[in-house]
Amino acid sequence: MTARLFDKVWDRHVVASPDGEPPLLYIDLHLVHEVTSPQAFEGLALAGRRVRRPDLTVATMDHDVPTTGLDPVTGDGVIADPLAAEQIARLRANCAQHGITLHGLGSSQQGIVHVIGPQLGLTQPGMTVVCGDSHTSTHGAFGALAFGIGTTEVEHVLATQTLRQAKPKAMAVTVEGELPAGSTAKDLVLGIIRALGVGGGAGSVIEYRGAAIRALTMEGRMTVCNMSIEGGARAGMIAPDDTTFAYLEGRPHAPKGAAFERALADWRSLATDDGAEFDKEIRVDASALRPAVTWGTTPAQSVSIDDVVPEPDSAATPAARQAAQRALTYMDLKPGTAIRDIAVDTIFIGSCTNGRLEDLRAAAAVIRGRKVHPGVRALVVPGSALVRAQAEQEGLDKDFAQAGFEWRSAGCSMCLGMNGDILAPGERSASTSNRNFEGRQGPGGRTHLVSPAVAAATAIAGHFAAPADL
Amino acid sequence: MSGLRQVIGRGVVVQRSDVDTDQIIPAAWLKRVERTGFGAGLFEAWRADPEFPLNQPGADRARVLLSGSNFGCGSSREHAVWALQDYGFQAVVAPSFADIFRGNAISSGLVPAQVTEEAAARLDAALAAAPDAEVVVDVAERTVSVGSGVIEPFELADYARWRLLEGLDDIGLTLRHEDEIAVFEQRRAAHLPSVSGSASG
Ligand code: SF4
Repeated sequence: MTARLFDKVWDRHVVASPDGEPPLLYIDLHLVHEVTSPQAFEGLALAGRRVRRPDLTVATMDHDVPTTGLDPVTGDGVIADPLAAEQIARLRANCAQHGITLHGLGSSQQGIVHVIGPQLGLTQPGMTVVCGDSHTSTHGAFGALAFGIGTTEVEHVLATQTLRQAKPKAMAVTVEGELPAGSTAKDLVLGIIRALGVGGGAGSVIEYRGAAIRALTMEGRMTVCNMSIEGGARAGMIAPDDTTFAYLEGRPHAPKGAAFERALADWRSLATDDGAEFDKEIRVDASALRPAVTWGTTPAQSVSIDDVVPEPDSAATPAARQAAQRALTYMDLKPGTAIRDIAVDTIFIGSCTNGRLEDLRAAAAVIRGRKVHPGVRALVVPGSALVRAQAEQEGLDKDFAQAGFEWRSAGCSMCLGMNGDILAPGERSASTSNRNFEGRQGPGGRTHLVSPAVAAATAIAGHFAAPADL
Repeated sequence: MSGLRQVIGRGVVVQRSDVDTDQIIPAAWLKRVERTGFGAGLFEAWRADPEFPLNQPGADRARVLLSGSNFGCGSSREHAVWALQDYGFQAVVAPSFADIFRGNAISSGLVPAQVTEEAAARLDAALAAAPDAEVVVDVAERTVSVGSGVIEPFELADYARWRLLEGLDDIGLTLRHEDEIAVFEQRRAAHLPSVSGSASG
């Protein structure tokens, strides 16, 4: 019997398969944050239930924490938004009550939940990882089965350390060829989503395969898996290999010494067997993927930076034509406009998609010695306090500051605009985040998704630009 | 959560595909720590348009929302389900749902009724012709009807149907397997990470 990576991870987590009910799946790691957990903890309290495995539960604060105004090291200061302050206080109290490890404001390990899990070595091959956040798919880069859940499910995992899940289908996304110079993992995943459509992965777990995937760093693989949900797939996975193991070795929660060797033998056995078949497969040629820029209001609506805003009539179906027309109206764009001719107001470099050290390095390499275009507001928000500290050790903060970027503390920030870092109505951003939905970065704001390198070049040019244009 | 056999009431059509949860309830609303009070934020940005279906007479009495494919895509926020329910909706009818939204809906007792594209078009047309027609979403029979003219089957997994009908607490059901969970825990690999509780910050 041949098995796929997904089957191998799934099968080893099935606790029970009661007749007529979805299987019960054991959860190895439950990540918790302030926004989707308060109602779950409240539900536990009302039912008089306890957290079954606080030792498999890790919390942080990211979604609505301020990225400015507090002491970046101690986290001391007053949170101006009383509602955010209340959510943060609740998380602190809930973690204290249930004995859950919390990397809160002022912790050197605080940060976006999907940045800190891997950074701490908590995310390992073959595990099941869940979080009340759809970008939990990020952790699949390690060969873990990782997916987002709702608040009722958060409560279920807190109480039982399991989830009821019908087994999804397995889809292969095979990316052969080599990315051209100047194209990044972000351009690759935007290309995949363009091919797949925003609902194409629904009901499936994606396994990303092929030479172009193997060639990615762990950071790049996380960027790809992160956006699986933008193609409708709840999870994306990449078979663990030497790149994975080298990343993990020495991390705080990775196994050590002989235990690491034993784990390695296990991790190596996870890859999809030769000849295993998938329920569905799509193929993408990496060599054709130029830097991508979204023009619409779904992540599937993107073109190459060399292209123009497409004609809605070119869309395949009436629904897609109607959606494209609506998107162009919202984005205030005319078909035929060259992408490079679109001017932006704001640059956001950060998020769980592109807020890791490698991303900040890529952006810094572009802006070093240059100045942000007059009138453009540019923000860098590191994905975690550790990313921020490491970037400062390398002097990246100074490069950004000298170029005219604001250098912020870690958090989700303008990725979803909960903490006051938002676009004004009508403002246009080039953003390294993952969603360009209407109003995602603030009511009336217009978001274009790009890679860190394109965001950086765009900051300097004042309109969409690739580093080579400068 | 109490059981739900039938949803009966007015229908409202929001004719768009890929309605994401950021539209259903914008992020600014997610700071609430309760499960209630989200109805005023439902489709907040779109409701600024006087033409939007929820601004039409009688929409406040709507119980069934009809919309396009991939409904509820994007963020996992269950607040989207709570906002629909707080407004008064008890069922959403669409050609397809995003996975997380569907799970959240079933968890909270909102019926995600998946119909074919063709059925959706017939239901929408029937409502366009008779906006006051009674819409019935029958969970037991897995059908949705508009007035007496149009009736269409919808898809809903058996287990989900049972939970909606009975209004069951999933945690309670799972805790019947507590022994199996405990046995499973004994067998977990030793190298898997665990953290001891410590709060910082
Ligand atoms: S950075 Fe954005 S996408 Fe990632 S967890 Fe935060 S809000 Fe969600």
